[in-house]
Amino acid sequence: MTEPTAAAPLSDPANRPPRNQWWDVLDQFRTHRGALIGAIVFIVMVATVLLGPWVWSIDPTYIDIRARNQGPTFAHPLGTDQLGRDMLARMMAGGKVSIAVGFTAMLLSLFLGTLIGLLAGYFKNLDGPLMRFTDLFLALPLLPLLLVMVMLFREALSARFGPETGVFILIVVAIGITSWMQTARIVRGDVLALKEREFVLAARSIGTPSRRMILRHILPNVMSPVMVSATLGIANAIITESALSFLGLGFPPDFPTWGRLLFDAVDYLQQYPSRVIWPGLAISLTVLSVNYMGDGLRDALDPRIRGR
Amino acid sequence: MFTYTVRRLLLAIPTLLFISLIIFLLLDLAPGDPTAQLPLTIPPEVREKIRESLGLGQPVYVRYLLWLKQFLVAEPLHVFDTMFGTGFADGMQRVISWQTRSPVADIIAQRMPQTLWVVGLSYVIGTLIALPIGIISAYRQYSWFDQIGALVSMIGYSVPTFFTGVLLIVVFAVNLGWFPSIYDTTHVVDSWDAFVFQVRQMAMPVFVLALYNAAQISRFMRASMLDNLAQDYVRTARAKGMSEKVVVLLHVLRNSMIPVVTVIALGVPTIFGGAIITEQVFKVNGLGQLLITAIYANDIPMVQTLTFIFAVLIVLFNLIADVLYGMLDPRIRYD
Repeated sequence: MTEPTAAAPLSDPANRPPRNQWWDVLDQFRTHRGALIGAIVFIVMVATVLLGPWVWSIDPTYIDIRARNQGPTFAHPLGTDQLGRDMLARMMAGGKVSIAVGFTAMLLSLFLGTLIGLLAGYFKNLDGPLMRFTDLFLALPLLPLLLVMVMLFREALSARFGPETGVFILIVVAIGITSWMQTARIVRGDVLALKEREFVLAARSIGTPSRRMILRHILPNVMSPVMVSATLGIANAIITESALSFLGLGFPPDFPTWGRLLFDAVDYLQQYPSRVIWPGLAISLTVLSVNYMGDGLRDALDPRIRGR
Repeated sequence: MFTYTVRRLLLAIPTLLFISLIIFLLLDLAPGDPTAQLPLTIPPEVREKIRESLGLGQPVYVRYLLWLKQFLVAEPLHVFDTMFGTGFADGMQRVISWQTRSPVADIIAQRMPQTLWVVGLSYVIGTLIALPIGIISAYRQYSWFDQIGALVSMIGYSVPTFFTGVLLIVVFAVNLGWFPSIYDTTHVVDSWDAFVFQVRQMAMPVFVLALYNAAQISRFMRASMLDNLAQDYVRTARAKGMSEKVVVLLHVLRNSMIPVVTVIALGVPTIFGGAIITEQVFKVNGLGQLLITAIYANDIPMVQTLTFIFAVLIVLFNLIADVLYGMLDPRIRYD
């Protein structure tokens, strides 16, 4: 009996190494057709925006005034704008900024929301004040306040960090601090439920300090709602940034984003409607694909639905 | 119920004070000087006088309290006076717009009807479309109707209103020429033709906003109906031999409407605040457009007033939603 037994046959389900739960999540995600298509579309969009400029190497700010207002030609597949700048190159440059804003703002709002949710859910004496604070933020008129913030701080920040970085920081921070409330509420609710579970009691009984308790035991268990709000957060941030740019309160004119391109094109709506369509389509497709991904992710991360 | 309402009303006061403080400080502490735009030929001492006349010389808390008094006491009294011809507010200073030098409340009163007509109508239409769609999609879950409804509502809230609006202008105003692309506010409805024109110019903005609202409300309606259709009382009602129509439209619908009504109430403030973009696209000169022009022109009293009005509406309708919830659902009693 002391000699080591031969490796147990893997066909026996009991002897297989445990399957990582994320594979189950991925399997469930794949059965959601909308989510799969959404993920593919989103990856294609991001890849085009990031890798496109290597292939299509026209400078988006290069002005060729003799070739202005052209329709789609071989040299300019999406035509040129009123200053003769190539629309395809501008679409890719704009997409990079739009997606970067969406991503960074989402990370910021996720960080704030998770932090406040965890603190409010875990520490009983912080719960009241922090949740009142969240309610206050929910009662603020967000779009007007965003517009006001951009109006007031745009010049100061542009002077300090340069026109592009300054506006980028401003917009990301503004979107981030006005969109964390839903995440905070969801996380708090989950933490309150988790706190009553046996594994938390067990961890506490061996003297785990609060910090490790939160990071090791609570945080990994609230990751699924956080991931779902992450996808919705990207969509929300992209729409908000485009809306700000569309109202003329976003990035400066020579620094294209999808919203800015749409805003510039509205003036030439009658003559060149296609210039409005491309950026609008890009925004809509990105947001739609991200929303579908969020939908699929919510189903995939819900163990009650998984495996059905 | 009554004590709960009173308590919530009292709790709303500190919330509003806090929001007003944020709005005041945000605009007050921001870099930028309201006299910076004036010509440089004005001598420094005159410039100082101008600053004082604008009330910029005093410490922050004095200005905040004065602003609050002007805003919460003087302005409502003035509005009351103009409505009923009384003289309570004589001699009280009004909140003056820096753009037009006329009282802010008057301009808002001028712009209110456009917003209420276009945006309010679109909310009503959106709700009326959303409810039947939600009911049918839940009743026939996973049918083709449900699938198409899901797709349309996903598109409805993913595609931003500034793109749907512009797209509609391209198709229906530029290419087909059916509707005018710019909303004419001076248009007076006095004949049948004028009425038809009014309908035509309202069609596109109302459609854009109605689609956006219907997308969200129909999803809520569907989810709420699905929750209720699986309940035991539905089986009981069917077992008693009630017709399907009575079961769905009387038993299930009434219970499913409880959360949906509160969602509809919560969405009302966005009628005023959220339609900023749509008003800008179609050049409807309502409240949203007023806010945008005020922001462009650095008209701080106007921006403060409008933002605070939006905040009041949000707090008010949150309260209404909570109270409605308690009234409609006997299982929830707050006392």
